[in-house]
Amino acid sequence: MSNINPYRKSYFDTQPDYLYPAYRSTVKRAPLQPQVQMPQTLSEITGPLFASRDVAASDYDLTAQHAGAPLGERMIVSGRLLDEGGRPVPNALIEMWQANASGRYRHPVDNHDAPLDPNFTGFGRVVTDAQGNYRFKTIKPGAYPWRNHFNAWRPAHLHFSLFGQGFAQRLVTQMYFPGDPLLEFDPMYRSVSDERARSRLVSSFDWENTMPEYAIAYRFDMILRGRDATPMETKENKK
Amino acid sequence: MSLLLTAAQTVGPFVSIGFEKASVPDVAPVGVAGERVVITGKIVDGDGLPVTDAVIETWQANSYGKYAHPDDAQEKLLEDNFKGFGRVLTDAQGGFRLTTIKPGKVAGPAGKQQAPHITVVIFMRGLLKQLMTRIYFPDEAANAADPVLNLVPAPRRATLIATRSAEGTLQWNVYLQGTNETVFFDY
Repeated sequence: MSNINPYRKSYFDTQPDYLYPAYRSTVKRAPLQPQVQMPQTLSEITGPLFASRDVAASDYDLTAQHAGAPLGERMIVSGRLLDEGGRPVPNALIEMWQANASGRYRHPVDNHDAPLDPNFTGFGRVVTDAQGNYRFKTIKPGAYPWRNHFNAWRPAHLHFSLFGQGFAQRLVTQMYFPGDPLLEFDPMYRSVSDERARSRLVSSFDWENTMPEYAIAYRFDMILRGRDATPMETKENKK
Repeated sequence: MSLLLTAAQTVGPFVSIGFEKASVPDVAPVGVAGERVVITGKIVDGDGLPVTDAVIETWQANSYGKYAHPDDAQEKLLEDNFKGFGRVLTDAQGGFRLTTIKPGKVAGPAGKQQAPHITVVIFMRGLLKQLMTRIYFPDEAANAADPVLNLVPAPRRATLIATRSAEGTLQWNVYLQGTNETVFFDY
């Protein structure tokens, strides 16, 4: 039982560091001791698995959770979940949450002076299909101010939480919108020092998936850690 | 084909919108074998202040030391009603409470056994990517030979081992910084 096929480590600079002082909350929360390097074991390469029965079919639609329709620009957000080897990640649980069209979250801590929308909660979830595809219907969130620095604004974004097939693949990220002028001033976005890696957090306008006279569309593919080639079969893992 | 791993971003302060509905504070339904344990604790920042907007996720084997996952080829008993995944949010005092069973030993590197442990990831505002750590159990002889614990400098190992309170619950606190800073892993 020693044939562990580990997940790859990320490339240099493609992931943010814990301490990034421009994002003020990291200063007292980032661990200051170096992380202890350890090999992946059975405990890290396994992880909770999900299936379509774990979510309701209607959970993909954030515009249909209340009596009326939410305010805002309706949009389809869809894409594929792949690993670094380009293989689709099927049966992955994707949880998504977001602000409403005014840039306000339905949350007691959010005291931004913008209206709540009685018809919008801002939470959805889906499980990817056999090809790693996912799709949400929602409204475009608004930008909102935060108190990180003087006149700080978060660019419009969606939060995505992803479970792959091993706990080592666990990922939470944010999706941004193309052409947003706030991106270059946003410490969270800029915390990813590699420009190419950062720009992949920006979705693309998706003409093909727009719904005529109903909704515009954005595409956002996400990539989880992949594994190197399948290890040789041994007597131990063959049975 | 080689694609670039998507960059992590913080869950932000409104994480409960995304995670509260699917929280799993009781990992082991009735009927699952094993010693029942209640794990309580708190998360504390570098100023000693409670972290009230964190999420702790846990992953563990059952009491026979078997993971509910196809990559676990150990010949051990699998229980249909035990998934092994937990998720709790911290409260206004930075506290959390998780009920589960103590897992069995599982296979580790180089043919060694790993002592019973729970794999943990933590998300919160101010963390640009998750923290990865483990919870080990007190009074567990196997800890001394655990291949992962032994990678940790001896003075810091205690941060990974829960303590037993007078009431019998297990106590495990997370210190993000400071002299008792919890050990976090990279793998």
